[in-house]
Amino acid sequence: MTLAEGNVGHTYEVQQIHLEANTERRLEALGLTEGTTIEVLGKKKSGTCIFNVRGTRLAVGRDIACGITLKGGDAQ
Amino acid sequence: MTEEKKNAGTDQKTINVGFIGNPNCGKTTLFNAYTGARLKVANWPGVTVEKKEGAMRFHNHNYKLVDLPGIYSLTCYSMEEILSRQYILSDDVDVIVDVADASNLERNLYLTLQLIELGKPVVLALNMMDIVNERGMEIDTHRLPEMLGIPVVPVSARKKTGLEILMHAVAHHVGKGVDDMEHHHYHSAPSTHKHDHHREFAMVYSDNIEDKIDVIKERLKAAYPQIGNHRWHAIKYLEQDKEIMEQYPIEYKDVIDHNYEKEIINQKYDFIEEIIDEVLVNKASKAAATDKIDRALTHPVWGIPIFLGIMAIVFLLTFTLGDVISGGFEKLLELFSGGVSYGLEAIGASPVLQSLIVDGIIAGVGGILTFLPNIFILFLALAFLEDSGYMSRVAYVMDGLMGKMGLSGRAFIPMLLGFGCTVPAIMSARTLEDMHDRKRTILVTPFMSCSARLPIYVLFSKMFFPGCATLVAMSMYVIGLVVAVVISLIIGKVDRKSSKHCLLIELPEYKSPNAHTIAIYVWEKVKDYLTKAGTTIFIASIILWAILNFGPHGMVSDMSESFAAAIGHVIAPALAPAGLGYWQIAVALISGIAAKEVVVSSCSVLFGIAGINSAAGMSAMAQVLGGMGFGALNAFSMMVFCLLYIPCAATLATIKKETNSWKWFGLAVIFQLAVAWIVSTAIFQIGSLFIA
Repeated sequence: MTLAEGNVGHTYEVQQIHLEANTERRLEALGLTEGTTIEVLGKKKSGTCIFNVRGTRLAVGRDIACGITLKGGDAQ
Repeated sequence: MTEEKKNAGTDQKTINVGFIGNPNCGKTTLFNAYTGARLKVANWPGVTVEKKEGAMRFHNHNYKLVDLPGIYSLTCYSMEEILSRQYILSDDVDVIVDVADASNLERNLYLTLQLIELGKPVVLALNMMDIVNERGMEIDTHRLPEMLGIPVVPVSARKKTGLEILMHAVAHHVGKGVDDMEHHHYHSAPSTHKHDHHREFAMVYSDNIEDKIDVIKERLKAAYPQIGNHRWHAIKYLEQDKEIMEQYPIEYKDVIDHNYEKEIINQKYDFIEEIIDEVLVNKASKAAATDKIDRALTHPVWGIPIFLGIMAIVFLLTFTLGDVISGGFEKLLELFSGGVSYGLEAIGASPVLQSLIVDGIIAGVGGILTFLPNIFILFLALAFLEDSGYMSRVAYVMDGLMGKMGLSGRAFIPMLLGFGCTVPAIMSARTLEDMHDRKRTILVTPFMSCSARLPIYVLFSKMFFPGCATLVAMSMYVIGLVVAVVISLIIGKVDRKSSKHCLLIELPEYKSPNAHTIAIYVWEKVKDYLTKAGTTIFIASIILWAILNFGPHGMVSDMSESFAAAIGHVIAPALAPAGLGYWQIAVALISGIAAKEVVVSSCSVLFGIAGINSAAGMSAMAQVLGGMGFGALNAFSMMVFCLLYIPCAATLATIKKETNSWKWFGLAVIFQLAVAWIVSTAIFQIGSLFIA
């Protein structure tokens, strides 16, 4: 599943990131690497969402959220 | 011994310190704590990135402080990053102060590791220690320097603690390399790499990568012996960093088979995890307060209404409170002006001089001062919202709506403020970090009908649409909004470079705004406005005064003999297709360049109607216009033209200043004139088909 389909309040492990190189690097500089755990904090209907990675709160648009694949869900 | 001698020598030499760190780490607050308001703000040569410089003296040392842009990493993907690393590598920097948010150490250390790799002396300033203490977290500040090989100084910019200790550490770290390190990599197998790098470098990669670094390093040393840090440049080669590869080309394809950037980033973060494990005690369980607040402010349903509520308050403060103060300024100005008039007459000054001083200079300066209270209050409110951390939430909340128009969520603010007055609205476009976004927002904002145009709508709708005057006036606002949205959409489709925009923003923790930071910020903006926009407004007012009051035969009392009237006669035919082919209308429109409110008073002067806003005056004017063939449709077209054509001189000056380019200024002028002409002509021509 992608980040756009994640549920608020749940934690997930990042499986893969498939985005434009620039964007991938920016996200990686912010700590979003494969294997990292993230927690989804908020979501809008459009797929835009807020999540926590290594203590940082990030908000990303739908296009980016669709490019981040997650491994299963660890219910909180 | 040599240490003493060295210090004695550096007493006279200035220590160049560069401040760097993530956005929202309190770097600016820390920087301001050292420099106060004694800042020099300029742009880095050739780009629109801000550079802040300050100076200070401490303990027999002179320091030059430079504030570098807030960045997350030192890649080649953005101007800010390239500038920062070039600056650090240059001889202009002696020591780097890496400002890190101690309450968010994990991510901040990523930049730290990159900075250490650059090879220049680095001192890590752990900022926001007061928050760390409040939350019951603890950081082992003895172990951390051992693992990183650089001095670590805990500070709190807010509480102003640790500041002198930091500068002391900086002074003593000049010209130093790496301190003694001691760390163990528990997870890795024994290394087969030729050299034991662990003594020299904090960040050591896997054998595979270290081998390749060595090869590239030797090649770079051979080809470019003059560059400072060969290891760093070699690492950049493995990351396929375009800037470095272009600057220092060598044979590398046999060694570097693919882009190692991802692996390098991952290994850095692996090391960071090790550091955090050892150094961070009592990791705070949750940043409770911020998340709670965000549940309301970024709520999928309530987020927007709450934002609109907050903007309504900002709007009210800026325009109602601001106008009250402006009104006071105007009264004072009137008194002053009257007094000066009286004085000049008393000393028998010539009418030209009198007019120049009273109508030209005093009116011109007054024009600048009238906007000041609004600008001051607006920036106070925006600084408050920005410093508290709310502004990034705005980008998130409004992203959907603004995204459809190809703009960032933050573009909503300037457009909303444009309904009050375009000058502060355009200045508020600074909250948009992307210069491209900013310029496009500035292009579209003037279409939001500002309050100065309202008198024009009121006059003409009452005159020609007596039954539904209010409706007609309101329709102007709607038309302005529609035009703005349509143009935004068109630009979004045409300008594909920026329409690939996708939201990616950090939402920092909420914090109580810092009075010192806000004060400096507001002062900078006000100073900016007075010096740059102010001078242009002043000059424009003088020019307009000249063409409206002077004709080929000198000073005139009848506006119809002025240069402006001559220009009006020339322009009128071009306005005919829009139903506005009358020289008096053309002159009124020209006078509207000074200020939109002036259009009404110009009309009254040009058509010789006194008391134009009274019922009698209005019917007299309607008759005069009717006699000239100017009817309801012409009036509607006139209002639309006033809505869309170039804004007042103050706004034009602000546009030039905020985009920092004559090209955009010219573009805005031509663009708005074109749009105004096209739309009003379309309305007039199509309307005429129905009326006939």
